[in-house]
Amino acid sequence: MKKLYSVLVENRSGVLSKVSGLFARRCFNIDSLVVGETFDPEVSNMTIVSSGDERTLEQIEKQLNKKLDVIKVKTFKEEQAIARELMLIKVKVNKSNRKDILEICEICRAEIVDMSNTHLMIQICDTPEKIKVFRTMLSGISVVEVARTGTLALPKCNDLEN
Amino acid sequence: MIGADALVKALSEEKVKYVFGYPGVAICPFYNSILNSDIETVLVRTEQNAAHMASGLARISGEVGVCAVTSGPGATNLITGIATAFADSIPLVCITGQVNSSLLGSDVFQEADITGAVESFVKYSYLVKDVNDIPRVMKEAFHIARTGRKGPVLVDVPIDIQNAEIKKFKYPEEVNMRTYKPTVVGNYAQIKKMVKALEKAKRPVICAGGGVLLADAQKELKKFSETFKIPVVSTMMGIGSMPTAHPMYFGMVGNNGKAYANRAMNESDLLIMVGARVADRAVNQPDLITENKVLIHIDVDPAEIGKNCGPTIPIVGDAKNIFEQLLSFEMTLDTKEWLTTLNEYKKKMVVKRNPNPKFTDPEAFIKLLSAKMKDDGIYVADVGQNQIWSCAYHEVKKGRFMTSGGMGTMGYSIPAALGAKLAAPKKQVIAVCGDGSFQMSMMELATINQVKKGVKIIVLKNNYLGMVREYQHFTYKDNYSVVELNDYPNLELLAKAYDMGYIKVENTSKAEAAIDLLLKDDKSCIMEVMVDPMDIVKG
Repeated sequence: MKKLYSVLVENRSGVLSKVSGLFARRCFNIDSLVVGETFDPEVSNMTIVSSGDERTLEQIEKQLNKKLDVIKVKTFKEEQAIARELMLIKVKVNKSNRKDILEICEICRAEIVDMSNTHLMIQICDTPEKIKVFRTMLSGISVVEVARTGTLALPKCNDLEN
Repeated sequence: MIGADALVKALSEEKVKYVFGYPGVAICPFYNSILNSDIETVLVRTEQNAAHMASGLARISGEVGVCAVTSGPGATNLITGIATAFADSIPLVCITGQVNSSLLGSDVFQEADITGAVESFVKYSYLVKDVNDIPRVMKEAFHIARTGRKGPVLVDVPIDIQNAEIKKFKYPEEVNMRTYKPTVVGNYAQIKKMVKALEKAKRPVICAGGGVLLADAQKELKKFSETFKIPVVSTMMGIGSMPTAHPMYFGMVGNNGKAYANRAMNESDLLIMVGARVADRAVNQPDLITENKVLIHIDVDPAEIGKNCGPTIPIVGDAKNIFEQLLSFEMTLDTKEWLTTLNEYKKKMVVKRNPNPKFTDPEAFIKLLSAKMKDDGIYVADVGQNQIWSCAYHEVKKGRFMTSGGMGTMGYSIPAALGAKLAAPKKQVIAVCGDGSFQMSMMELATINQVKKGVKIIVLKNNYLGMVREYQHFTYKDNYSVVELNDYPNLELLAKAYDMGYIKVENTSKAEAAIDLLLKDDKSCIMEVMVDPMDIVKG
């Protein structure tokens, strides 16, 4: 089972290592982890994706809550959230495959953000599954470098939410 | 006023009486400032024992134990003591000196990343980078250590911060941490659910853990058990939560516990785990305690509930509060039949030992010692066979039983006993250890002399690391590896070297007179009790 954790933490040095250390020490999986400052410069938001059985996933939430640098933990399943991932990918191009690449980009709503005579850099921002599809579509093409953000997520908008 | 003065002032505000520690350059400003206060200092002989002494003091006084050591090796030596306190949820504030803050991260002399190193053994840690933070940090450190699930907090203070001028010292009256608000009062709906379940129960059992003692809830537990006629068993850390001879008490559970205690737990139809972690030594098959029964788990730490076993009714809160809440309900339970069964088990399931008359039988010895100790005496057991025998045969009346239960740190008893003695100078304090654990802390004999407090040290001597030897006896068919201690040191000469009394007990027949001699005064004394090297705890 996969679960997403949106964790508000104090924006202090060492907090990321405390949180990631907790996962390592207690043998919890980290599928992905993204950290960024919120509008409040004293608070950061971590989006952690983890997988495991129900008890482990519950323990993760409890152990996170126990950390004194953690302000709030929200957990949700994939379908309850809007999840996005950003990937930058640099590929080699030549006359014969350029069109194919552009076509794939268009279908997958990816953008060309930089280019030279021999290389293209593509940016795609989409759900983790779409990113995966895009990656498979490019399998015949020679990829030079890839950088990905990992999953960012927030629970879906809800009229009942305060 | 400088940072070091602020640290000391904060300790005074917290009414700290003793600081255990070992100086070095990086903590010298602090130890210079402490001379201007009423706080007494105890110079230990190795830093690990500073934490153990603070732990012994904390467990007896109910206050936060404090230690202060220097940077680098001073701080790293402290780690085992901190981890020991963490495993047993003992409140400590550990102050460590640190290199100049501008040099942090450059691997200079005696620099160790101590906040990083202790991360998994502390409730929280601080690296103070601004002298003006000291009052708030110290206030928070004490608050965190003593509230919720108690535990050690480390405060690392670079030497330049200790020497820096502080603008204004104002000790905060309140703590305001948005990330830390422990739940101590039980949820009413959950407690009502528990009462309903209890009314239906025919074979209820309470399993009391160290949390009962940490919450100082012994009276409430006893009253709850007596009022509703619910039998009590305990974990090792819970020993002493009920008087051992109480008719409702049925011993310690676990693989080193009483068979009838385990039987009570397994056959119950409703089990109340309170302040217990459900760790492997107490409950080696967590599934067994959830099968066919209602499991109610009470703990101040929500993360403990459901960690090792899934409870039917979870209740987060402090044991004392929850027992008080429970006592306000009216319930009728009929446990007469169940108690009769348990008493039969208790009578029948007694392990008969076959002691070797050439040596002292630990069972007979500890029972005698226990009977002759003062009712409110403090018994500190070390780790190893001595600990298991102590758990099995020591009778707690109105006193306390302490040991390193969670971490099982050898050498705990001597420093913890000294800490306990400082917390309760009028009480009889006895440390019982083996010859292995004795040698891990024997340097503190000097400290005991230096503070002029009487601690009785009993060494169950068998020239072996008995617990491991016993394990190798069963698991490796007597292929003994690295467990023989030989006969050193000569304890009589050692006692003389440290200007302490010395008594030897050759065999069981000599025990009674020797114990009388040991307990006739309050002077420090080493008692060497010769135990059969081949004796085992699994009788």
